[in-house]
Amino acid sequence: MADLSVNICGIESPNPFWLASAPPTNTGDQIARAFDAGWGGAVWKTLGVPVENVYSRYSSVDLNGQRMMGFNNIELITDRSLEDNLIEIEEVKRRYPDNVVVVSLMVDSNPEAWDTIIKQVEQAGADAIELNFGCPHGMSERGMGSAVGQVPEYTCDITGWAKASATVPVFVKLTPNITDITVAARAAKDGGADAVSLINTINSITGVDLDSFVPRPVVGDMSSHGGYCGPAVKPIALNMVAAIAADPYTEDLPISGIGGIATWQDVAEYILLGATNIQVCTAVMHYGYRIVEDMHEGLSNYLDSKGMTSVEELRGLSVNKVTDWQNLDINYVIKATIDQDKCINCGLCYIACFDGAHQAISAERTADDKTKVAIIDDLCVGCNLCSLVCPVQGCITMEERDLGQTHMTWSEYLSDDRPGELYPRPKHGLTIGKA
Amino acid sequence: MNQMMTMAVDSGGLAPQPTMTPDEALVEAHRCLMCWDAPCTRACPTSIDVPGFIKRIAHHDLIGSARTILKSNILGGSCARVCPTEVLCAGACVLNDLHERPIDIGRLQAFATDAVVFGDVDLFASQEPTGHSVGIVGAGPAGLSCGAELAKLGHDVVLYDANDEPGGLNTYGVANYKMDKATALREVEFVKGLGVKIRSSTAIGSDVSIEELFSDHEALFVGVGLGSVPLLGLEGEDLDGAGDALDFIADVRGGQVDLSGESVVVIGGGNTAIDAVSQASRLGADRVHLAYRRGRDEMKAYPHDIERALMSGVEFIHWVAPLRIEGAGSVSALVCERTEYTSNGDLVAVPESEFRIPATMVLRATGQEKRIGFFDQLEGVETDEGGRVVVDDGFRTGNPRIWAGGDCVNGGREVVDAVAHGRAAAVSIDESLRSGAAGK
Repeated sequence: MADLSVNICGIESPNPFWLASAPPTNTGDQIARAFDAGWGGAVWKTLGVPVENVYSRYSSVDLNGQRMMGFNNIELITDRSLEDNLIEIEEVKRRYPDNVVVVSLMVDSNPEAWDTIIKQVEQAGADAIELNFGCPHGMSERGMGSAVGQVPEYTCDITGWAKASATVPVFVKLTPNITDITVAARAAKDGGADAVSLINTINSITGVDLDSFVPRPVVGDMSSHGGYCGPAVKPIALNMVAAIAADPYTEDLPISGIGGIATWQDVAEYILLGATNIQVCTAVMHYGYRIVEDMHEGLSNYLDSKGMTSVEELRGLSVNKVTDWQNLDINYVIKATIDQDKCINCGLCYIACFDGAHQAISAERTADDKTKVAIIDDLCVGCNLCSLVCPVQGCITMEERDLGQTHMTWSEYLSDDRPGELYPRPKHGLTIGKA
Repeated sequence: MNQMMTMAVDSGGLAPQPTMTPDEALVEAHRCLMCWDAPCTRACPTSIDVPGFIKRIAHHDLIGSARTILKSNILGGSCARVCPTEVLCAGACVLNDLHERPIDIGRLQAFATDAVVFGDVDLFASQEPTGHSVGIVGAGPAGLSCGAELAKLGHDVVLYDANDEPGGLNTYGVANYKMDKATALREVEFVKGLGVKIRSSTAIGSDVSIEELFSDHEALFVGVGLGSVPLLGLEGEDLDGAGDALDFIADVRGGQVDLSGESVVVIGGGNTAIDAVSQASRLGADRVHLAYRRGRDEMKAYPHDIERALMSGVEFIHWVAPLRIEGAGSVSALVCERTEYTSNGDLVAVPESEFRIPATMVLRATGQEKRIGFFDQLEGVETDEGGRVVVDDGFRTGNPRIWAGGDCVNGGREVVDAVAHGRAAAVSIDESLRSGAAGK
């Protein structure tokens, strides 16, 4: 049984599973229940300047019957009093000394405001603070949240103020609503951040009510852009985590990964791409705290199956497997193969390839009126599309062709000193407009 | 599982399966893989674009879904319920090969069409009247289909039907657990909404002459189906309790029937026999037997219907032939003898194998007779050696003004086959009328 405990910038956590600063961490009662369920840590819903929330706050995107594939919120930071929150933080830490309580903070951009609130939450027993430089709605209009995270200088400066006041580690939560996440991460590091948390939510409009014409969530007769999260954003977050982990400037900066995590596989992927621990929100908003049970078992079983005894052994193993396109081997040849015994004759690979890719699959009716598909090997570019649309596990596989071709990157191909020949490419088109 | 529970709780065997809830339909619709060149569509005699209508359900466009179905099959509502989907669309579903439950196409189709067929939705823009008139003999599925297509094209259409109520077998001959009578009649109303006129209780020959039909209409479509199940020539067939299985099903559709205390034997192995035994069992009969002269493998009934009958508590007696019906005034038993194949494949009686099946009702479901007498009155219309009307690819008979379709042409198949005939005939009739070839 692998050890699931992790240490992130000096903080010991019984496991890598934390709740992100969000509605599931709004009250001490909730966090107590989450810890009872097995969450190792929780980032308290952001404390700061007093706000009132609107009533209608969430909307979502369903996909082919799957609810909340993407999720959107326009809820602000906590609308509960700072005093109540501080009392509850203290009580939670008293009852759960081994669980990690990080408190998310967002106040006006002056050092005094930060100093005051940091001292208050440290007094209450916070194990760390997380600077919310990510919230992209409402608070950003008031010069906070992503309004800070989008300007590297602000990020650096305010992180510096927080570090000057704090005795506990400082996490900086980054907004993805920028072009290059490494710039933001470097700024946080320059400000003295002990770790970064990412991603916060992505600016979004999830859809429009087709009767009232008001986008969702409908607040009276208007709406507002919100922050997008849930399974849909995971690929975007993974890319940003990987970029920070691979950046030599920030490679030692611990990362708390956030974005669309719902299962142990998601957790493993974040850790492989460099995260030390992870934070979850949407999946808990969908199914409750209990989802952490599967994460415990799944991650533990996975580590066992890999012969690993700790989460740390897994961390970062995929970071150097992401490279620039120009470094990929353009002579790596794969072709699709269809297992006719497994094929259920749905024809989806045929039409996907024919209309959507490279016309490398044929379809014909058999004597018993089935759709028989076959790969046209000469036209197959090995794009994977057929294997992605095929509904049958293991029916279409992509097989490597070792034809003695030489490994060659695009950069090498362009150079004067090519290591070998370019393996022949399938030819497409040339039927329309051909004389 | 759901299906079985529905059966167990249905009201006296009279209630068909409930229609899907919107959530149920949505979940099921999303299971559809949207196959290319979909085998379900190819398996449908009316070539309904099944993935197309299912996708529209998934995308919350029920009107579009219903239109997709009804433009191929105007009786899509009843076909959704009475089609043997297990051997047609759902039987062809590729999910069968994934070892999964196939898409429940029938119930999705009912879900999509009910909103339109039972609602007040105008799906099809009416065409300018063409001034042509077509008479249709028989307001069953073939006639309704033909009439609906012709009316949509702007022709004047009158259906003549001898029964009190239109709909043919959909109204009178379908087991209640598949479709209730009210649903069948609602669908007829929907077809009437397309502009067809229906004259019920109007028999050709007695109420309207064939000459009148020819003078009132430029073209005729004949979809008269089949006749009753002929007597078997057994002693005792005149006793109370002996009768035609189709009459029994029609009676059940007329209202509440309680068979408690009855012992029912149905003779035959086809779909009517299976419908009759399943229906009788659901109406509370003490014992229900199906007596068939050959083995299970040779029954013409569909395997899924046989399975359903067995699960309804019907007892099958194979390798028997009826000898006589016993009783004093009313039926008390069916006397049978055993049958077997000889080495050269002839079915023969086993000597001295006579035995009695106690019964209060004996129903014959041994095949409907052809309406050869009717067709003999129509000049130029020919029937084949099986009594089926001979037609060309456009369902035109030997008489250039007469088309025919449905059971009278194929000898008795599914509602969906009759609908396909009616539609194909309508295309041919329309062409003929527009080219002037069928003029008065």
